[in-house]
Amino acid sequence: MVERIQKIVNNVGLPRIIIGLFLLFLLASAPFVGVRIDTSLNDIILRLAMNGILVLSLVPMVKSGCGLNFGLQLGVISGLLGAVISLELNTTGFGGFFLAIGLAIIFATVFGFLYGILLNRVKGEEMVVATYVGFSSVAFMCIWWLILPFKSQDMIWAYGGAGLRTTISVENYWYDALNNFLSFKIGSHITIPTGGLLFFALLCFLVWVFFRTKIGSAMIAVGSNPEFARSCGVNVNRMRLVSVILSTIIAAIGIIMYQQSFGFIQLYMAPLYMAFPAVAALLLGGASVNKVSLKNVIIGVFLFQGILTMTPSIINNLIKSDMSEAIRIIISNGLIVYALTRSSGVRQS
Amino acid sequence: MKTQDLTKTTHPVIRFLINNAVPILFIVLVAFAIPLSGFSGEYLFREMVTRVSRNSFLVLSLLIPVIAGMGMNFGIVLGAMAGEIGLIFITDWEIVGMPGLLLAMIISTPIAALLGYFAGKILNKAKGREMATGLMLGFFMNGVYQLVVLYSMGKIIPIGNNNILLPRGFGIRNAINLEGVRQVLDNLLSFDIFGIGIPIANFIAIGLLCLFIVWFRRTKLGQDMRTVGQSMEVARASGIDVEKTRLISIVISTILACYGQIIFLQNIGTMNTYNSHEQVGTFAIAALLIGGASVARATIPNVFVGVILFHMVFVVSPRAGKELIGQAQLGEHFRVFVSYGIIAISLALYAWRKQMEKQNLRRQAQAINREALKIQQGSTIGGKES
Repeated sequence: MVERIQKIVNNVGLPRIIIGLFLLFLLASAPFVGVRIDTSLNDIILRLAMNGILVLSLVPMVKSGCGLNFGLQLGVISGLLGAVISLELNTTGFGGFFLAIGLAIIFATVFGFLYGILLNRVKGEEMVVATYVGFSSVAFMCIWWLILPFKSQDMIWAYGGAGLRTTISVENYWYDALNNFLSFKIGSHITIPTGGLLFFALLCFLVWVFFRTKIGSAMIAVGSNPEFARSCGVNVNRMRLVSVILSTIIAAIGIIMYQQSFGFIQLYMAPLYMAFPAVAALLLGGASVNKVSLKNVIIGVFLFQGILTMTPSIINNLIKSDMSEAIRIIISNGLIVYALTRSSGVRQS
Repeated sequence: MKTQDLTKTTHPVIRFLINNAVPILFIVLVAFAIPLSGFSGEYLFREMVTRVSRNSFLVLSLLIPVIAGMGMNFGIVLGAMAGEIGLIFITDWEIVGMPGLLLAMIISTPIAALLGYFAGKILNKAKGREMATGLMLGFFMNGVYQLVVLYSMGKIIPIGNNNILLPRGFGIRNAINLEGVRQVLDNLLSFDIFGIGIPIANFIAIGLLCLFIVWFRRTKLGQDMRTVGQSMEVARASGIDVEKTRLISIVISTILACYGQIIFLQNIGTMNTYNSHEQVGTFAIAALLIGGASVARATIPNVFVGVILFHMVFVVSPRAGKELIGQAQLGEHFRVFVSYGIIAISLALYAWRKQMEKQNLRRQAQAINREALKIQQGSTIGGKES
């Protein structure tokens, strides 16, 4: 019996069990502290549509053996560029939203290409290099947000006249453009953002299809055994490059989706730590540094966002102080530390 | 020691230039930015004296894990947290002056040792990706630190001083005034040169640490660490307890970083309870790398060159940015970019070189195989003929 429990713990991972129990505890205590389950559920569903694509963007790189994409910020920056240009061109509604995505894809392809070439040079050290590439590119773009010649009055500082603001509202442009599509209400408190969920599902489906094509399965081969893939005539570096570009593009779409739901474009240092929650969500869903499936993405986002939405309200009510920030930091970074120690153990054995 | 060469040319000048590309690049950058900023030489000299005395100890604490082959120790953030906890306690007990500073160090030493032990244990489980893990560990412990300082201090851990407690009765305020220990080490022994105060006691502490590191490298433990750093297999074969050696290197580094942070904060005089430690790792590592160190090799001169250059960029770039484009903000962003970018570039270069070495080895092995095959074939053919 003890052995069986140990085996389960080993398979599922101790942090995941602890967090699972924590979430159960949150759900169980919700009615006692007067937190409505349905509003929480509404938040979780909204956040699933909001964050899902960012988490999905990590999948191609894990599949091709490039590890967790801590350089997610590059994709985010592409998305930001697309978004601010679409606002500058004064496009609204669906048109603006998809224009932003189109532009972002172009930027993401370029950035992803360069990023991929770099990552091919640093095999084995991808993650720490990626982290700092991500950080430095965010800082680098800070300079550009200041000096790029944007003119739109909604985006530049009112008094200084130059440079973009730190937060830009998309309310008059494409706020909720997708979420309102076919959205409907269940009861009085739950609104289903159908368009957003469908878009997320569509992208998941596309990724699923991609990994069943020839090029997709070659990528998986590269990830699971590069030597074998090379001997089969697969160009390992090119497959990795494609996966990095793909990850960057999906991340760019993901951040636009996020802004569309959130209502604001956040520039400057805001994207700095964006990679970590996405990575943590994926790991919570059961992925590891070199193994991932779409199931992990969906479960992960659901659980992670569940914790993020439930913790503040319930913990606040229970102990009358807001510990949610500290708990969020511990959970997301603890999961990543755990994953990093785990996979190396596997590789050694 | 591993060779560090980036190039195969034998020309000594070109070799020197390429091998020291990073510091040279920064010297050029600073040389352009100083006249632009319009700062006087005296001002810059004073700034540099302060900043070298303030930051060198922290940067020096990075050296020992490099010897053990664990790369840049992003986990010095943990040491910094321990130092801050010590400072919180002495501020609460209102112990001032040198005794306060020493007491802060005494209190925080066991905390730092414990955190270092924890970090070392985890890094031993993540061999080959110590840096990524150390970085994430720093972020993780930041959450734990918040839990302890913001929620348990004043509740579970007794804190009596209302000046440092939040109005709600528990948790420490965002900023703590370290009036009692402000610059006590700096002023302990200082004399003026041309009207610029030189904190001698500080420099003595830094000098002692340098001596310690030089001495440490020669001890049995230091030699063991070097062996572990070069090859864990070789070390294990020669009977060295690899895990323990790596663990000790991290513990020492964490404790030193804890003292480093205390020295840093006594100079600043106020402590941002929740932010002071956040950038410690990044800034110290960026400084060391700018000084010409790499993940596999870092020396004491690297530390001082690096601290001076990095902080020169730090001081000069906002003003230079303002003069150049008219926005000080620009220089601010630029220096953040520099500190992150330099880490990215150095780590990437190092990983790239490692990969090239591996490929070369593979090619050599293939060539040897081919040769062996040829000889074999030759001998069989020869055998037929005879």
